Amino acid sequence: MKLSGWGRYPQVECTLHHPRDAHALRDLVTQAGAEAPVIARGNGRAYGDAALAPTGTVSMCAMDQMIHFDAQTGVLQAQAGVLLADVISAFLPRGWFPMVTPGTRFVTLGGMAAADVHGKNHHIDGSFRSCVVWLDLMRPDGSTVRVTPDKTPDLFDRTLGGMGLTGVILQLCIRLTRVETGWIHQHTIDAPNLDAAMAAFEDNPDATYSVAWIDCLAKGAALGRSLVMLGEHATLAQLPANLRRRPLQLPPKPRKAIRMTFPMCALNRWSVKAFNALYYWKSRRKTNSFVDWESYFYPLDAVLGWNRIYGRKGFVQFQCVLPLDRSADGMRALLSEISAAGQGSFLAVLKRFGAQDSAFSFPTEGYTLALDFPATPACLALLTRLEPIVADHGGRFYLAKDAVLSAQRLRETDGRAKGFADTRLAQGEAGVFSSAQSARLKL
Amino acid sequence: MSKEAVLILGARSDIGFAVARRFAQAGHAIQLALRDAQGFEDHRRDLELRSNVGVTLHEFDVLDSAGIEPFLDSLPELPIVVVCAVGTMNEQGRSEQEPDLASLDMRSNFEGPALVLGAIANRFETRGRGTIVGISSVAGDRGRATNYIYGAAKAGFSAFLSGLRNRLTGTGVHVITVKPGFVATRMTDGLDLPEKLTAAPSELGEAIFSAVQKGRNVIYVRRVWWLVMTIICAIPEAIFKKLRI
Ligand SMILES: Cc1cc2nc3c(=O)[nH]c(=O)nc-3n(C[C@H](O)[C@H](O)[C@H](O)COP(=O)(O)OP(=O)(O)OC[C@H]3O[C@@H](n4cnc5c(N)ncnc54)[C@H](O)[C@@H]3O)c2cc1C
Ligand SMILES: NC(=O)c1ccc[n+]([C@@H]2O[C@H](COP(=O)([O-])OP(=O)(O)OC[C@H]3O[C@@H](n4cnc5c(N)ncnc54)[C@H](OP(=O)(O)O)[C@@H]3O)[C@@H](O)[C@H]2O)c1
Repeated sequence: MKLSGWGRYPQVECTLHHPRDAHALRDLVTQAGAEAPVIARGNGRAYGDAALAPTGTVSMCAMDQMIHFDAQTGVLQAQAGVLLADVISAFLPRGWFPMVTPGTRFVTLGGMAAADVHGKNHHIDGSFRSCVVWLDLMRPDGSTVRVTPDKTPDLFDRTLGGMGLTGVILQLCIRLTRVETGWIHQHTIDAPNLDAAMAAFEDNPDATYSVAWIDCLAKGAALGRSLVMLGEHATLAQLPANLRRRPLQLPPKPRKAIRMTFPMCALNRWSVKAFNALYYWKSRRKTNSFVDWESYFYPLDAVLGWNRIYGRKGFVQFQCVLPLDRSADGMRALLSEISAAGQGSFLAVLKRFGAQDSAFSFPTEGYTLALDFPATPACLALLTRLEPIVADHGGRFYLAKDAVLSAQRLRETDGRAKGFADTRLAQGEAGVFSSAQSARLKL
Repeated sequence: MSKEAVLILGARSDIGFAVARRFAQAGHAIQLALRDAQGFEDHRRDLELRSNVGVTLHEFDVLDSAGIEPFLDSLPELPIVVVCAVGTMNEQGRSEQEPDLASLDMRSNFEGPALVLGAIANRFETRGRGTIVGISSVAGDRGRATNYIYGAAKAGFSAFLSGLRNRLTGTGVHVITVKPGFVATRMTDGLDLPEKLTAAPSELGEAIFSAVQKGRNVIYVRRVWWLVMTIICAIPEAIFKKLRI
């Protein structure tokens, strides 16, 4: 059947399997080979082709059992197909929240580990790997290995951020973090331009959560105009009385679903501009507020299936990180190119990463910029102009978002790629685990 | 403390377990009834962990009609809601040649579920409260060449549920007929189903939960199947018999 990532681009004809237990999975892995490799798939929230393999895409969604929870330490053992959304519904009412979360909760634990996802607290808590106690990995020969940071540091390092290319994660053990309430105390800083936005990050290194939303159409002196949003888990004592009665429960909200695919023209330049302006003004109204966890961490999840508003052709996401010392110049160059193109991105997000040194994970100390584009010729052309800017500033790209990078560009921007590919060959992984993305990138 | 129990017949069914998760999430105790119940301990634990409710396992075979009353007596409490997700679907071509297979489909989709729900209906009626949910199928709305043995059994089951609802109206007991179209489950693994017409098991969980809250009579999931079946049922037999759909 035709499968795609969240961006609905590219769409690839794939054989899809739904193993229900380790036995069935083992059969699929041991029958795979160089001619018919397999790749694990979680909930398909990676944007591009990371979770697609024409010869064998292995959905882990049926392996979604929670296995054990230690209410003293907040350590959860669960199968890889468990959704983060379900972890939150199960344990937030008991006072626990994920230590690291991406901008959607409809991801699987296995997918979070494979992409070594980051959240708005990367500068404090690091990437998803920080909360992984161990994981069980099915290797190319069908055997299962318990992978831990201490006993198997190399395999751990390569698997977290390895995009499913070291094996299939069966189950994992992760640490949750204690919270008193489901509310975030948010402080919004109005940044008139890029320098002000970056200064806001540098001035607030202790804020647990920080992220900026950029108006990509602002030009000249206003280039990089943003709202920088800082957040802390609200304590019970901080909450206003009306929220204090049921601090961990949210009133149910109606959820909108988008099933229809929008025509492209619904998202032209002007509607994006209107949206950007609206968002800017709406958020500007209050500088300090209490925001519920769902609206704070997952504003897009409120509209299920929002990826369809980009039309049939789908869309691509561009996410890069630039090293700290090159960030100011590089971001300015990127934003100038983007605003000049006038292809206003629906969503542009800027975030400061803390230090991280890993085998193949995306984050590294510096600034990361993420934006969506419809997969039109004009936007794809813009992407090819942005790539060299990233390369020139010593930056690299996030594979969980990528659908278009060339193998050459990857090697040019990420010195670790060759070593990662060589080790895959040496370990016998390359002949069994391969995705459309890894084939394109020659990993 | 958990809310009143919900009994799932055929709990290993992907749809049945999704329904169990949804009711557990709402705080109900769950009784999981299935064959080889012991082998389902991991799922029991999963439900308890997710929802902090009491979950019990019960050995149950829908074809064992003599076992119905003892099975019901063995439950820790008479549930407030029962959902029957039992069913089999053998390949039509084989069922045409092998009467035992055809009989199995007829009994597992109609006779067995009807007898057990009938027995539960009597207990609910005595108590004066309860909701009975039967998972039938759109395949029962009109017999088609490709699955009329399964379809006929589902048609029988739908008619049974309709009559039961009619009989129990005014007693405090309510009956809901669920007609799924395509659902991506073990039953349909390997079939290439059209994306827009195919529901995930969790959608069934949500739809059935909400139908119980609202006291609905007959639901199609996804809803577009109501339209599809209305059209299919409107085609005159003289034309229909020549179609291959
Ligand atoms: C709206 C939105 C916001 C996002 N925000 C962020 C963000 O803030 N930060 C961030 O880091 N990411 C973000 N992402 C990306 C997303 O978190 C990652 O792509 C994540 O990997 C998706 O998980 P999934 O379960 O959907 O995996 P899939 O998309 O199905 O797969 C992603 C990768 O994981 C591998 N994989 C999946 N399951 C397994 C397994 N069991 N064993 C081995 N490999 C496996 C696949 O092979 C593939 O390479 C966002 C995505 C969306 C749609
Ligand atoms: N999937 C679809 O597209 C679809 C469409 C319309 C209607 N339905 C109906 O939805 C219901 C659930 O099906 P599903 O899709 O979830 O498929 P499923 O996973 O195959 O579930 C069917 C369940 O019925 C159980 N069962 C069969 N014979 C039994 C018996 N003698 N005693 C006890 N249990 C028995 C099976 O138990 P074991 O595990 O022990 O075999 C199995 O768990 C069925 O009634 C089906 O007809 C499904």
